[in-house]
Amino acid sequence: MATVEDRQFRVEPFPGGTPGNQRLVEEGRLPDYDVVGTRPIRHDGTDKVTGRARYGADIKLSGLLQGYVLRSPHAHARIVSIDTSKAAEVPGVHAVCTNADMPSADHRAGDLGEGIVDWYHLNQNVLANDKVLYTGHAVAAVAADSVHIAEEAARLIEVEYEVLPPVLDVREARGADAPVLNDDVRTDLQPAGETGDTPTNVAKHFHYEKGDVDAGFAAAELVIEREFTTETVHQGYIEPHTATAFWSPDGKITVWTSTQGSFMIRMQVAELLDVPISKVKVVPMEIGGGFGGKIAVYLQPVAAVLSKLSGRPVKLNMDRSNVFDATGPTPGSYMKVKIGVDAEGKITAGEAELLFEAGAFPGSPINPGCMCVFACYDVPNGRIDGYDICVNKPRTNAYRAPGSTHVALATETIVDEICEAQGICPVEFRLKNAVKEGDERVDGVTYPPVGMWETIKAVELSDHWQSPLEGPNRGRGIASGFWFNFGGNSVVAATVNEDGTVSLIEGSTDIGGSRASVAMQLAEILGIAAEDVTPTVVDTDSIGHTDVTGGSRTCHATGLAAIKAAEDIQAQLCQRAAMLWDVESEQVEYGDGATLTGPEGKTISFQEIAGKLTQTGGPVVGRGSVNADKHGGAFGTHIADVEVDPDTGKVQVLRYTVVQDVGTAIHPSYVEGQMQGGAAQGIGWALNEEYHYGDDGRLHNASFLDYRIPTCYDLPDIETIIVEVPNPGHPFGVRGVGEVPIVPPPAAMANAIFRATGVRMRSLPMSPPKVLHELLSSDG
Amino acid sequence: MAKQRIVSTSINGNPVEFLAAPRQTLLEVLRDNLDLIGTKEGCSNGNCGACTVIFNGRPVDSCLVLAVEAEGGELETIEGVAPTDGLHVIQDAFLGQAALQCGICTPGFIMSTKALLEENASPSEDEIRFHLAGNLCRCTGYDKIVRAVQQAAEGVTN
Repeated sequence: MATVEDRQFRVEPFPGGTPGNQRLVEEGRLPDYDVVGTRPIRHDGTDKVTGRARYGADIKLSGLLQGYVLRSPHAHARIVSIDTSKAAEVPGVHAVCTNADMPSADHRAGDLGEGIVDWYHLNQNVLANDKVLYTGHAVAAVAADSVHIAEEAARLIEVEYEVLPPVLDVREARGADAPVLNDDVRTDLQPAGETGDTPTNVAKHFHYEKGDVDAGFAAAELVIEREFTTETVHQGYIEPHTATAFWSPDGKITVWTSTQGSFMIRMQVAELLDVPISKVKVVPMEIGGGFGGKIAVYLQPVAAVLSKLSGRPVKLNMDRSNVFDATGPTPGSYMKVKIGVDAEGKITAGEAELLFEAGAFPGSPINPGCMCVFACYDVPNGRIDGYDICVNKPRTNAYRAPGSTHVALATETIVDEICEAQGICPVEFRLKNAVKEGDERVDGVTYPPVGMWETIKAVELSDHWQSPLEGPNRGRGIASGFWFNFGGNSVVAATVNEDGTVSLIEGSTDIGGSRASVAMQLAEILGIAAEDVTPTVVDTDSIGHTDVTGGSRTCHATGLAAIKAAEDIQAQLCQRAAMLWDVESEQVEYGDGATLTGPEGKTISFQEIAGKLTQTGGPVVGRGSVNADKHGGAFGTHIADVEVDPDTGKVQVLRYTVVQDVGTAIHPSYVEGQMQGGAAQGIGWALNEEYHYGDDGRLHNASFLDYRIPTCYDLPDIETIIVEVPNPGHPFGVRGVGEVPIVPPPAAMANAIFRATGVRMRSLPMSPPKVLHELLSSDG
Repeated sequence: MAKQRIVSTSINGNPVEFLAAPRQTLLEVLRDNLDLIGTKEGCSNGNCGACTVIFNGRPVDSCLVLAVEAEGGELETIEGVAPTDGLHVIQDAFLGQAALQCGICTPGFIMSTKALLEENASPSEDEIRFHLAGNLCRCTGYDKIVRAVQQAAEGVTN
């Protein structure tokens, strides 16, 4: 077999897209599918453009009460007492609750799919017990006839606080003199499995080592070590958190909510309220964005407790400031990274020390950060230490490729500095050092076939890279990024209708078009049109356990379940045809064009046999249940052109291209949409977004006015190049797409800013004041 | 609670009377009193545009309008955009260009787009991006939204 370097590639428009939507094609290799790779109208689209789709806050129930959550004004304080008596007396108030109304929780770990929680800490996060650990920490809740009555009553709750000093910076929080947030936290050293014996803010320390690191650096011609910081940022979904619950007199709890994982909500509600999961039904409403931030519970158990106390269904909605104050975010960080290269520009060693904010309770994405920091390159010798550190900020949650964006800023800007110092083209450096099948990551994982090299090749062949960028204060940067992607549990059931269509039910909530991409995979196998499949997301009583929509797993794993369901339908229909023709089912084949063929030239179409199910034994339902474990990792490389205003430090993005290996694009429009949307989030993180805290630990910018996410006027067209290196672990080669595109932008922008100005930015966000400061410092 | 008032208005071409307390926003009344849940709440302080409706011909954030201010006015919400026999060209364009992912911002974008195209039937890309800058989308990166508005503009002019 020819080596990858010998293969011939070209970049061409992806059929059905705009001129900015392209793909990398290898000569002589084009995928051949009927449905996969086409762009049908998404099945849930009409409801969403007419306002008929029902999101979490849209639920109406008879007797519904509205609730309000009272939150801490302090970043760090001991709760001396809570007196709710005045609130309870307000006319129209039906229930008031605090942590004392929830069962006590144990120190046990629960896996939410994109992070581990300790039930004791989650209990305390949902409603504070003896301490509040960040401004906005929920303290008590009221249910009343209207939200206005609930709010007025909540303000009558008297909470006596003993205010404590907050700690907001990871380096300070690690120090011996720092205030300790949680008395019960001890440092857990992984993977060694040792535990410290004194209370600390350092909840976890991950240590990975490969090869001989000191010898690797000694063999290097050039070693560059740099420090980086990033600020706390939020997922910024447009729909605030919402939950409605009814605790029925028969002991059953129904929760209507918008979530990335209804089965994860079921598990958390059951654990925190100490009821069996079979007593909890979660009805997933449409979800207005999540990006990792709508997996953990906040309001759901509180609404259930208020419902139990009042005997009525209760709805709780957050407002935007609650969302910023008390949900999400993704960590701020401090990182020190060192890379050595030999005279030919080949990496000889890498070392990283990573400090991530956990927020109030342990659980930052520090471990994925450790595993991603050198993931794009063949690093023969490496040492990585990562620390999960509690600070007085909201408990962090997953945000799109959690941890990977941080570390890519560090590695990818150092790589750019190496290229500058050695006079190597950044594309050439990456082609030379890119990981390939069989390479081993520092954390010990060996890569299956991956497409890092191909994404760089696509950059090299792209119109963007080949077009010169001219003009003063302008520069072009590139950066790469990695995410593992994920498999996990998914279930699909598909019923054949008499009219030759299929009704598909699934447990994966649909954030960005997954109904369509799952239905298309079933349609491809059956040889029918995507429009002849009707996909529906159902509640936790109606389908088997399905993991979160997250980790770029849904199109891969729920797609696999849909493929299995389709194959199950094929097998059953072959039996039915055999019955009709009085032959053995082994003599019947489900062939192309949705046609079943038997002996002596017998044929019957899918549509025809669908009409004969009653006379051949009753309805046909296909089942697909998987615990997928062959998700291929995914890589992306981005090209950014910027212009920096030398007077203000403002960075304008002139042109932007996202290149990504997605394995196989099922619905290219929604694949491009993920690539574009992820890049836009990364650009916001790079240039604007940050939590501003006062010294007292209060968040100063809890609104979309002051926490400014990119608008359409801030961004250029975002061009896409889809790379399709098939994942051998999926029949169509799907890898997943959603996570990776947020990873490269901050580093790509930093590298572009350097090319524009000669200034290296090593701190996010690269906002006008910070860029101007660096420009002025470099002049002086 | 202050006394509620009767507000007489027109919504999507139909005369509507409703009761509203002085403190209630138009957004709250549309959603909670009138069951017009297609108008979405994203921030309730005028920064995200998810609750955009057309009020006397102008796009407004309904969270920044008090319900009692609607007295005598004409309101258009997402529920009134589609004709009885199909979809509006803007809605078709959003579907065809895959200009939505989670969809929570979509009604607001469609209302802002409708207001734009009624004022300027052939906007440039820069005019589109300027006009829609009050509507936040966190999913799409806006590229496909801009394409959809361009497609809709062609449909409106042709």
